[in-house]
Amino acid sequence: MSTIVLLAVTGLGLAALYFLVASGLSLVFGLADVLNFAHGLFLSLGAYATWVAAEHMSIEAAIAVGVAVGAGAAVLVELIMIRPLYTRTIEQVLVTVGLSMAGVALLQAVFGADPKPFPRPQWASGVLEVFGARIPVDRFVLIGAALLVFGALMAFLKWTRYGLIVRAGVENREMVTALGIDVRKAFTLVFAIGGAAAALAGALAGIYFTTVSPATGGSLLIFAFIVVVIGGMGSVPGSAFAAIAVGLLQQFVNYYGTSGAGDICVVALLAIVLLVRPKGLAR
Amino acid sequence: MKRFMKLLLPLGLMAVFVSLPFGSAFNSPGTLNLLALCLVFAGLAAGYDLLFGRTGLLSFGHALYFALGVYVTAILMRQGIPLALAAVIAVLCGVVVAAALGAIALRVDGIAFSMVTLAFAQVGAILVARDPGGLTGGEEGLALSKGVPDFLTGVANTVNLYWLALAYVVIVLAVLARVVSSPAGRVLAGVRDDARRVGVLGLNPYSFKLTAFTLSGGLAAMGGVVYVLIVGGASTHVASSELTLMLLVMVVLGGPGTKYGPAIGGALFTFLDYQLTGVADSLPGPLSQPLFILGTVFILAVYFFPGGLAHVTALKNVLPRYFRRVS
Repeated sequence: MSTIVLLAVTGLGLAALYFLVASGLSLVFGLADVLNFAHGLFLSLGAYATWVAAEHMSIEAAIAVGVAVGAGAAVLVELIMIRPLYTRTIEQVLVTVGLSMAGVALLQAVFGADPKPFPRPQWASGVLEVFGARIPVDRFVLIGAALLVFGALMAFLKWTRYGLIVRAGVENREMVTALGIDVRKAFTLVFAIGGAAAALAGALAGIYFTTVSPATGGSLLIFAFIVVVIGGMGSVPGSAFAAIAVGLLQQFVNYYGTSGAGDICVVALLAIVLLVRPKGLAR
Repeated sequence: MKRFMKLLLPLGLMAVFVSLPFGSAFNSPGTLNLLALCLVFAGLAAGYDLLFGRTGLLSFGHALYFALGVYVTAILMRQGIPLALAAVIAVLCGVVVAAALGAIALRVDGIAFSMVTLAFAQVGAILVARDPGGLTGGEEGLALSKGVPDFLTGVANTVNLYWLALAYVVIVLAVLARVVSSPAGRVLAGVRDDARRVGVLGLNPYSFKLTAFTLSGGLAAMGGVVYVLIVGGASTHVASSELTLMLLVMVVLGGPGTKYGPAIGGALFTFLDYQLTGVADSLPGPLSQPLFILGTVFILAVYFFPGGLAHVTALKNVLPRYFRRVS
């Protein structure tokens, strides 16, 4: 019983990371049709910015710095690199591919290829006892952060004017433009939100994995892509459900099967979802 | 006569490449090995372009089929199966897996297709790294220790590996030329430009895409067979998504959808990557990372030379066009 609880909470913690990465990806994709390969770079940037800032200030403030850096990088990328290629989907993908290559290499040149130990805040260490299972607190931090971001995103989409524009743009971008609304501002905003969420995921992944390395972003990104496709592109609740399914499946199968089997099951789940509902669960 | 003239350029090029090892500048084993690698990646990039440039399919999982060729050959040869048989089985594996996974992945199109192929290829990368049943050797990889025919082993026989790689490029380019000039090739171009219209004309885009995907997977597996012989073993790197991204960069730099562009891009990228790694330590800061330089060049190429090396446009139009789009 205690093993199952531990696995479930750890799986949910992983799901929280996936959701933080995937929600931004999904919105950017749904609204602007941009498959952002550099999203993993925002994550790594956030993690390294937090790591650097943590030497000068408290970890909480450092995470805020990391999130700001992630959001700023995302806005810059959107303005300078994505915008000139508006509506040219494939070229946008190519540019973000190049950016992720060059960016990871740059991080490697600056910080080295080896994993760096990540500072661990007081409130994320220690264990909590739930139903007889001793569970590290960092899992709950991850889940809490993801729930907060989920709530904030849903509130933003539901109750703000820009949220309305984003929702409408995901459904039918041409119509929104035809009504005289500049969708591009919404693009930039969505990029900023996605970058901030990814950077937060980076900082939290640093706490969760206890290290940070230039490759962290890329490995999480692939599962985030899977989550986005399973959940249905452009849907935040879809991403949340898919993230939970993927995180739990991966954790349980990796524990009860051989290591690595969970990752493969996740891809099998993707194949099944595609065969049954090619548009993802949310549509 | 016209037919003969059309063949003149490829035949001439081939003659140059076949005779390269006889020139003293190229006949050292190190150079020949590098040239052979360049040729393999030229062939791989050309095969990948059948998907990307010719059919408009952006696959992020091409490394999987290449890795199948590499690992199936290496594993079978370690079991004592002769090279020829191992190579045939490896290519068949590439074809069958590409057909099966392509049938699923092609149910979605556009960017979703890219993500699905990426996910499938990730399974390959995980399997290779986790070393199931001690088959793949995990992170350490596999060395080709026995069963390699005599004419392909030893430093003095590097030239044979070079010719083997050349033969691979020639096969890929010939297959591509044949496909592109066939009626099916024109349908592929139609699928790339407007799949819905192809459907309206009564043809099924799905089956044409699947054919291209399968053929491309088989060609990649064949490249894997040649690669494993040149390098003398398999390593996890061949299954990584970075390899696919590199193929994409090669094709875009060379010129997608052109006759020789992708092959030139593949050879050039491999050569530069190798050379830059050689001088990397003497360069300052981020320039010491080959991928930083190549990634930056790639980004600039997407903006300023959209057709790749095969379509270098006038430089003076390039900057104004970029700023027009930004504003």
